[in-house]
This record gives sequence, structure tokens and C-alpha cells, in this order.
Amino acid sequence: MTRETYINAALTFLLVLVPFWAWSTGQAYILTLCTKVAILALAGVGLNIALGLGGLVSFGHAAFFGIGGYAMGILASHAQVFDPIAEWPILIEGTKSMPVIWLVAMVSSALAALLIGVLSLRTSGVYFIMITLAFGQMLYYFTIGWPAYGGEDGLSIYVRNSFPGLNTLVPVQFLILSYVVLGLALWFSARLARSSFGLALTAARQNADRVETVGIAPFRLRLVAFVISGAITGLAGAMFADLNRFISPTMFSWHTSGEIMIFVILGGVGRLYGPVVGAALYILLEHLLGGVSDYWQIFLGLLLLAVVLFARGGLIGTLAGREVAHG
Amino acid sequence: MVEPLLQTRGISKSFGALKASSDVSLDLRPGEIHALIGPNGAGKSTLIKQIAGNMKPDSGTVHFLGQDVTALDTVARARLGLGRTFQISALAMEFTVLQNAVLGALGARGDVMRFFRPVMKDSALVERAREALERVGLQDHAATRTAELSHGQRRQLEVAVALTLKPRAFLMDEPMAGLGAGGSKRLTGFLDGLRAQAPILLVEHDMDAVFALADRISVLVYGQIIATGTAAEIRTNPEVRRAYLGEEDAA
Ligand SMILES: Nc1ncnc2c1ncn2[C@@H]1O[C@H](COP(=O)(O)OP(=O)(O)OP(=O)(O)O)[C@@H](O)[C@H]1O
Ligand SMILES: [Mg+2]
Repeated sequence: MTRETYINAALTFLLVLVPFWAWSTGQAYILTLCTKVAILALAGVGLNIALGLGGLVSFGHAAFFGIGGYAMGILASHAQVFDPIAEWPILIEGTKSMPVIWLVAMVSSALAALLIGVLSLRTSGVYFIMITLAFGQMLYYFTIGWPAYGGEDGLSIYVRNSFPGLNTLVPVQFLILSYVVLGLALWFSARLARSSFGLALTAARQNADRVETVGIAPFRLRLVAFVISGAITGLAGAMFADLNRFISPTMFSWHTSGEIMIFVILGGVGRLYGPVVGAALYILLEHLLGGVSDYWQIFLGLLLLAVVLFARGGLIGTLAGREVAHG
Repeated sequence: MVEPLLQTRGISKSFGALKASSDVSLDLRPGEIHALIGPNGAGKSTLIKQIAGNMKPDSGTVHFLGQDVTALDTVARARLGLGRTFQISALAMEFTVLQNAVLGALGARGDVMRFFRPVMKDSALVERAREALERVGLQDHAATRTAELSHGQRRQLEVAVALTLKPRAFLMDEPMAGLGAGGSKRLTGFLDGLRAQAPILLVEHDMDAVFALADRISVLVYGQIIATGTAAEIRTNPEVRRAYLGEEDAA
């Protein structure tokens, strides 16, 4: 067991303790905040696979977050007015079922990631950042000009979607659902990091020549990582839309990409729990300082600066020290 | 005459006005160590890069295992069985020594798209990696972070990773650099035995090692091969003495 494992265990405990306390004292608002943390952390877990493992500085993950959100919005809005999405060539109806929505969200963001990845992964450095940013912004402006689903104003969904066996309108139930999904994503990304694929992907981040010389193509590794990463962030987008029962083009904007990246950097790039800590810290700051001043993001900026300058491993890196390689 | 395993035919490469390779034809035969020597900046590494597929020649071809591989990239050539070590170590510095070797074994096995099973618990891969580390004498450093290795140890790890590939031919760009007298002697002994497994195209500045090991030596000066022959032939070649060895004697 490494120090990081203990820290992660303590964080898990804390992450369960806070909502338990909020639940037993009847503070629904805190439960919603915790749900928000879990869903945003999930978006960060997605990005962390591209950024942390693959070294792919994607500044366009809002594209996947937004696609997930709009997958939810489109399916649920049609379902709530009983208006099919398409009648020809086959009948496609909307749905209020979370599992179906999640599947659609993940598949469509994975496909988008495949397309964006094929077009952007031939480049690197600042070009890659710019191309991913451009795709996100393209979708942002597209949804602004798409009146069918609210255009610039966005779209409200009146009732939260359903999950078999749960009443998702009860905050604690939706919270548990979000926690379970986050837990599964963390488990998956831990397995991924230690797998054959993870070894080759992290090697390609450190030295692409090395990977090529042993007969492995870095491009394929990065493309697969980008697709997995996009699908997870897309799932987070669908859940975030369900949390707010609202979608809008903002989900696609570069602010959103920046926020997801901030979670990862604050918590620790490439650290399993990095996005969790980052998202929790972000929401905590927003909650505590947002009430004091509308300019709370200035403090966030200072904190980010401090992390980038003095604590490159983020919060987890500072607490756990350099990652002990699994040798 | 035995069919060469690896062959370049008329390779030329210019960087602007600089001719880094000019009409280079050389071959590597089964079981031999073919040393490529030449002064700094002669174009040795540039030639290795073109053979390995990292760099496209302006003209000329590369044949490997009887196949024209000029159009293939590094990955495809590695998969065909071209093992390579770099002059400037190209290793995953955050990894342990063992992880770097496992990466090589993984590349050789070719099933990288596995997403769930912990790779460091794959006994076949780890076994193969440890065996390679043992052969170069790095077994005691398996758990060391690669960034903490000395310069010479990194060279040894480069060789170990190439070994995990079980290649059909080796390209080694200055594997002795930074090893020190003892290490260099040990590696010389090791390469001596390795040629039976696969032939080696060896770029090396350490003349003791070159003359001890090479079945044939080619001398590259200003991108051009001025002589190819046995150690004895090269030692007595007047042009080589003038262009290269003479400089060394004077230095
Ligand atoms: N990518 C490049 N662009 C421009 N010039 C280059 C490039 N690569 C190498 N050169 C030049 O080509 C010449 C040959 O370089 P190369 O590295 O092949 O020499 P070398 O024989 O390996 O030297 P050394 O013994 O120092 O390793 C040098 O003058 C070098 O500066
Ligand atoms: Mg060189």
C-alpha cells in the first residue's frame, strides 16, 4: 500500500461522510452539492485519461460534456411531450430512462471523440490545444443557433429522468447513483492505468520514440485513450444535465473545458483521485467564497497559480509525494 | 556469399546544403557485427535513423529480410524485427527499469490493446523482461526509477529493451558511451556473444571495442562511406588513416 492509497481511502471516507452528515441533519442542499462534485469529478476522470495518462492537453472536453448534456436534453424533451425524434426511416422516440440516455450520451461522445481525435491527434502541443478548442467552440455556436432545443436560452426538462428501482427525485438517491457511477469510473481508470494499454499509453506520453521502437504506434493508443476519455466526460455531461434538469450551450463553451481541466490540475494530473479532489475543492471554494464576493474566481486563479508554480503534482501530489511506480 | 539481412542502397539525405548521407550503400550479414565509425557529425546517427524509419531518405532504399521497407514507418520496421538503441537514451524516465523492459516485451508480443489485466502481473511478460535485464546486468536495479540510473546504466537498459524484442537485427548507436572502462569491457563481451542471435550494426567511438568486435568496419566521413573492410584492412587503409584515424592519433 502506498501513501497515495491511504490518502485516497481517507478521501473516499470523507466523501461519504459529508453527505451522510448532511442527510442525517436534513440538509438537502449539501446533498446536491455533493452530487455536483461527483458528476464534475466524473468529467475530470474522463479528461484525466487523455491528459494524465496520455499527456493530451485537450482544451475541448466541453464538446463531450455538451454532447452528453444534449443527448439527455434531446431524448428527454421529446419524451416529455410525446413527440418522436424521428419517424422515418425508423421510429425513434425520446426516453426518460437514465440507462438508455447514458448509453446514447457515451456512444455519441465517443464517436465525436473518434472524429475529433483522428483530425487532431496528428498534431501536438499548441496546435492540438487549438484544434480541440476549435471543435468545442464550433459546437457551442452550433447549439446557440439551433432553435429546436432552445438555442441560446437552453432547454428545461421538467422532471428528472428515471432509473430502474430508484426515485431519482429524492436527492439522496440521485447522490448515491452519482457516487456509484463515479466509483465505477475510478475503478475502471485505475485498472486502465495498470493495464498493458495504460503502460504503453503512459510510455508514449514520456517518450514516443521509445514506444515506436518497440513496435507500438502511439497514434492508435492516443486515439483510443481520447475516445474512452470523451465517452466518460460525455456521461458526466448527461448526468450534469439531469442534476440541473437544464441544458444550454454553456456546456459546450471553453469555460467548461477550462473548468474540467482545472479540476484535474488542482487535484493532480494523472493521479487517480486528482479530479475528485479538484472538483471538491472547486465547489467548496465556489460555495464558500462565491457568497463573499462575485469575484471568487480571482482566488481560484491564485490557487491555480500556486499549484502550477509550486505543487506540480496538484494536491494529491503534494500530499502523497512522487508516484511510486508499480514495478 | 550469404544474403544480407539488412541493406541500404544509395541512401542520400541533405539538410539544406549539408549532405548528411551521400549515396550510402552498406549491408549487414547474418552473424556479423558491422561497425560504423566516423568523426563527430559524419552522419552516423542520421543513417541509423533512416534505417530505423524515423527519417525518410531523399533517395535510396532500405531492404530488410529481403523486403523493401523504405516506405514503412518505425513501428512497422520494429515489428518486422529491427531492434534499436538510441545515442541519446529514449526511455520512459518515470517508469522503473523493469517497466521499461516490460514495455519492450509487450511490444514484441503485440497485444497492447488490453485494458483490464495488470500488466506488471503478467508473468510471461515480466519473465521476459527480467531475463533481458539479467543479460545486461541490470537485474538488481529492476525497481529503480529510470531517471535515477547513471548515464551508462541507461545505455544498458536501452540494450535490454532491444533484447526483449528478440529482433532479427540490431541497430546500436553508441551503446558504450558513458559506460566507463569496466562496463564497456563487459558490454563488449556481451555483444560478442549476441551476434550469434542477431547481427549488429554498431555505431561506436570506442575503438578498442570496435577493433575487438567488428567482423567488418565501414568508415563514414562527411556522409560518405570511404572504406569498408576487416579491422586489419581498415587499420592499414591510407585514406582512412588520413581522414579519420590519423586525427585520432594526433589528438
Ligand atoms: N534534423 C537535422 N536537421 C539539420 N541538421 C541535422 C539534423 N540531424 C543531423 N543534422 C546534422 O547532420 C550532421 C550529421 O549528424 P549525425 O547526428 O548523423 O552525426 P553523427 O555521425 O551521429 O555524430 P556523433 O558522432 O556526434 O553522434 C551533423 O552536422 C548534424 O548537425
Ligand atoms: Mg550520432
